[in-house]
Amino acid sequence: AAASVGILDVDLCGPSIPRMLRVCRPEVHQCEAGWVPVYTDQQQNLALMSIGFLLEDPDEAVVWRGPKKTALIGQFVRDVAWGELDILLVDTPPGTSDEHLAVVENLRKHKIDGAVLVTTPQAVSTGDVRREITFCKKTGVQILGLIENMSGFVCPHCSECSNIFSKGGGEELAKLTGSEFLGSVPLDPLLTHSLEEGSNFLQAFPESATFSAINNIAQKLLLHMKDG
Amino acid sequence: MADVPSDAPQHCPGTSSEQAGKTSACQGCPNQSLCASGAAKAPDPAIEEIKVKLATVKHKIVVLSGKGGVGKSTFSANLAHALASDASTEVALLDVDICGPSVPKIMGVEGEQVHQSGSGWSPVYVEDNLAVMSIGFLLGSPDDAVIWRGPKKNGMIKQFLRDVDWGELDYLIVDTPPGTSDEHLSVVQYLSAARIDGAVIITTPQEVSLQDVRKEIRFCQKVNLPVIGVVENMSGFECPKCKNTSQIFPPTTGGAERMCEELGLPLLGKVPLDPRIGKNCDEGKSFLSEVPDSAAALAYQGIVKSKITC
Repeated sequence: AAASVGILDVDLCGPSIPRMLRVCRPEVHQCEAGWVPVYTDQQQNLALMSIGFLLEDPDEAVVWRGPKKTALIGQFVRDVAWGELDILLVDTPPGTSDEHLAVVENLRKHKIDGAVLVTTPQAVSTGDVRREITFCKKTGVQILGLIENMSGFVCPHCSECSNIFSKGGGEELAKLTGSEFLGSVPLDPLLTHSLEEGSNFLQAFPESATFSAINNIAQKLLLHMKDG
Repeated sequence: MADVPSDAPQHCPGTSSEQAGKTSACQGCPNQSLCASGAAKAPDPAIEEIKVKLATVKHKIVVLSGKGGVGKSTFSANLAHALASDASTEVALLDVDICGPSVPKIMGVEGEQVHQSGSGWSPVYVEDNLAVMSIGFLLGSPDDAVIWRGPKKNGMIKQFLRDVDWGELDYLIVDTPPGTSDEHLSVVQYLSAARIDGAVIITTPQEVSLQDVRKEIRFCQKVNLPVIGVVENMSGFECPKCKNTSQIFPPTTGGAERMCEELGLPLLGKVPLDPRIGKNCDEGKSFLSEVPDSAAALAYQGIVKSKITC
């Protein structure tokens, strides 16, 4: 049976997930149990909550200081009627500030399985992710593993591989910090195109190397959650 | 701008609101009598102090993006190097990305120390005419995390603007984290008397990025920050082997070009992806000096010469 998954998008200034899942302009309804999340599929296996749904004008800027962001994230955790979920994924903006503290503080009582950290291969990126690792250690969030994204580009014309953002930094960082390396995901115009249109890349390109990479990571994480 | 302190109750009207200290929500708030007396509405004295301190800075440019990972810091660093390539131009780069301070590494001065003197903090000099300030210099270890809420970040930014001894500058470039939040409001607020020339906005070509960048542009409009123009970064990749160009981040809705047309903003230029950009950033070298004839370097130079050099 398919897992029932929820995504909580707490990037309040730059909510990207609605577009990526092709659910841009729905309204958020209230029910007795709270706010009804937006379902991205007919079978209602994937639910999403994002500030993107609460903005009348999609270009409207959310110019909020920390306390207001913290308050809304608290509401998202308390007041969204997720129903029965196997997994709740929380997508965060970069940083170690209000949003991240709000997520940890509000979810702590519900038990956080852990964090997945995403980096790109180059040192400038891993340099910041090291600090994110410290955030997790300091706030008691277990690190499920690291992912190296944008890891190499295979030219669709001649198959030459170019390491546009360098390579291997994610794996090195995992070793350095004693975290598990979950895998690398390459740069793939087909993936970025799918995200633009909100189409399901995994359904459309199941034979691609990118699909294998993402799928392998997902399988590792599912194992973690079974064991944990 | 309404200021809501971190210990404010829900529905706080903001310390600078007319209703400060007077609404029902204010009952029981520790700041109630302060707000009601009008003291909290007085503008922060630091704003005037910063105006005086930065009177020796001719041009202030803020580099913004709604989206993360589009190359703001890379652009800011390359802009700083380009401006400083003229030895008679005094340039400084201020990094207000408090949680993810990349600028020291990109500028090749990671691990350097900041010194205090009678005239304030001295920035770190990359060249005689190129100075850098970042919280990165104040952290003891590359693993140190700055786990600060908004008000503490704002305090740091105030110090950077008020207490750093910048000296006489032709250009002060301010590199920001992605978003439209505390850091961005604070930079605009604290520089409100000193005056910012404008903002350069960085995007990548795809709609997922432009979507956030439009919000950033709205932010600029809201706070009366002029937009100097938009830079489209990661604009295509030419394969070094077969020379075909791939749009890794596809401009499915017309890229920055269409957005700029729609919003009546200048498109300053498009910079292609080049692995040597990231490599030089990682090594702390100036990409413009190392690979001056590359398409990306020429694009950067074109952008700098466009509207930025006033």
